[in-house]
Amino acid sequence: MEPFQIHKGLVYPLNRSNVDTDQIIPKQFLKRIERQGFGQFLFYHWRFDDNGHPRKDFSLNEEKYNGASILLGGENFGCGSSREHAPWAVQDFGFKVIIAPSYADIFKNNCGKNGILAIQVSEEKVHELMKRAENDQYHLTVDLAKQLVFDDTGFEVSFDIPAYSKEMLLNGLDEIGVTLNYEDKISQYELSVGA
Amino acid sequence: MQKPKNIIEKIWEQHVVHHEDGKPDLLYIDLHLVHEVTSPQAFEGLRMSSRKVRRPDRTFATMDHNVPTRERHVIKDLISKTQMDTLKNNCEEFGVSLADIHHPDNGIVHVIGPELGLTQPGKTIVCGDSHTSTHGAFGALAFGIGTSEVEHVLATQTLWQSKPKTLNVKVNGKLGLGVTAKDLILAIIAKYGVNFGTGYVIEFSGEAIRALSMEERMTVCNMSIEAGARAGLITPDETTFAYLKGRRHVPKDDEFEEAVAKWKFLASDEDAAYDFTLEIAAEEIEPQVTWGTNPGMGLPVSGSVPDPSLLEKPSEREEIKRALDYMGLEAGQPITSIKIDHVFIGSCTNSRLSDLRKAAKVVHGHKVHSSVTAIVVPGSMSIKLAAEKEGLDTVFTEAGFEWRDAGCSMCLAMNDDVIPTGERCASTSNRNFEGRQGNGARTHLVSPEMAAAAAVAGHFVDVRKFAAQEVL
Ligand code: SF4
Repeated sequence: MEPFQIHKGLVYPLNRSNVDTDQIIPKQFLKRIERQGFGQFLFYHWRFDDNGHPRKDFSLNEEKYNGASILLGGENFGCGSSREHAPWAVQDFGFKVIIAPSYADIFKNNCGKNGILAIQVSEEKVHELMKRAENDQYHLTVDLAKQLVFDDTGFEVSFDIPAYSKEMLLNGLDEIGVTLNYEDKISQYELSVGA
Repeated sequence: MQKPKNIIEKIWEQHVVHHEDGKPDLLYIDLHLVHEVTSPQAFEGLRMSSRKVRRPDRTFATMDHNVPTRERHVIKDLISKTQMDTLKNNCEEFGVSLADIHHPDNGIVHVIGPELGLTQPGKTIVCGDSHTSTHGAFGALAFGIGTSEVEHVLATQTLWQSKPKTLNVKVNGKLGLGVTAKDLILAIIAKYGVNFGTGYVIEFSGEAIRALSMEERMTVCNMSIEAGARAGLITPDETTFAYLKGRRHVPKDDEFEEAVAKWKFLASDEDAAYDFTLEIAAEEIEPQVTWGTNPGMGLPVSGSVPDPSLLEKPSEREEIKRALDYMGLEAGQPITSIKIDHVFIGSCTNSRLSDLRKAAKVVHGHKVHSSVTAIVVPGSMSIKLAAEKEGLDTVFTEAGFEWRDAGCSMCLAMNDDVIPTGERCASTSNRNFEGRQGNGARTHLVSPEMAAAAAVAGHFVDVRKFAAQEVL
């Protein structure tokens, strides 16, 4: 996993609540056995019509959002299926940060495991950011160490993140490697319960 | 005296391998279930770092999401075939037992776990699949994980997990005649929304829950994730023990009695506290039908599709408008006026023997409406066999249903069971998201009885009226 420290990027606002993982990556694209290459299928049925042409009415297709790396979402983002293909697609498309008022648990977890920073801020703040990003090309900077999101005009909001997740992300740690340091304890546990 | 504890806290405490303040706990995983869609990248990860599966004996794999339900042996989709072959090779390489499509134990992962007795009270159970919550019906702590976590469990048999908050959903009273476990859980989600359970593990309790059979309890716990909760569980009791007795992986004879004695201790203590409690009156629940594009957009069958213009919040108005657009419904339209093109009886929510029996009872002696295509997909090959022994297949086929082999099938349409764009399906599955059953497909979630009645009528009907004379 790549370490995450400071990221500055273009914001793409997706003003919908309850965006589920079936929308983020439709199931017909889950059949690959690799981790890479899912970005082309992100929000597939919203981005493309039945003939595979880009839909004019879906904002991610607008030129001004080309190269966006911060995804601004609505409430309960990433609900539904546990497919990790969803964060893989988000990441492969180029997003490094998601900002939303709330997330589905598994999705948020999956983001962390892949080095995507899923930030939770209040609905009002998200709303404010939506407005800015809908009107113009809008950039934000995310500083994980300081737990801050800010722009160049003085907007600033802080966010919470559990210390453990922060450490993993900042250092880009391999979680399995970390856990294997506890192997003795795992074996002891197995012995003690007769497992 | 020790502080009273609920079942969730008890199971948690029994599984903590390592605890440090301010950090997630390292939790031991008793049972890891694996399927073909969410595992290839996990095994690949192991291979790349030369790691092994720590406990192949606690890991069980099946193929379900991609499998054809007609002519199992002919997998036309090459990429599906690759995924199934990959699982087979991975299981061989890492020494994991697999119920592949030719195996008599094959079926949907959440159906076969309980069937084989792998699922037991007090266990921690994970699978790279959000409906792992199903196994909570046995008083297990069972939750879905992503593929990175699948790899983590394969390598270490543990997971780093923060202790969840606990939510007691207490269902008082009795469900009415013709009102099912599916209606119960759909009604709860319709009332409280698709994220009231986020961050919680739910314990379902109360008189109405105690009265449910094991298979009905699985239906309820299955949809916990549709309320946002990663897990939902029910304290084990005599119903649980009777179901488990004699199943292949359940301890036998004296050991069974010992296990039961231990399982009884799991029950939540009388004064146990929860972070939150909801009380629901079972009597108020009617048969349910969803009208929208998430499982919380549901109504009693006697209701009418909502009118977005009556809503105050612009974001809600927008959401409902978009849902109605997608679903091709008019605001204010009565649910019973919605005509359907397809019926799907299946999925890990409602494909067990009792579900099939109940649906068969409704269709018995009737014919599927001429404008409806209807299929029944049993949850496992052994359910299929058992149903055939009882002649349920004949009841269905004589009525005009297709009788298929086991698999996830039209629940998520990864195989070739797909609803065409714009067509409408009454489905016993658990998700009605856009495109779930096929690009542009319109899904209405219902119980097996309601699906069966709709198949015959060609539109939604209140199964209590439909079947009053012969069935209930
Ligand atoms: S039946 Fe549907 S919900 Fe259940 S495991 Fe299969 S795809 Fe998932």
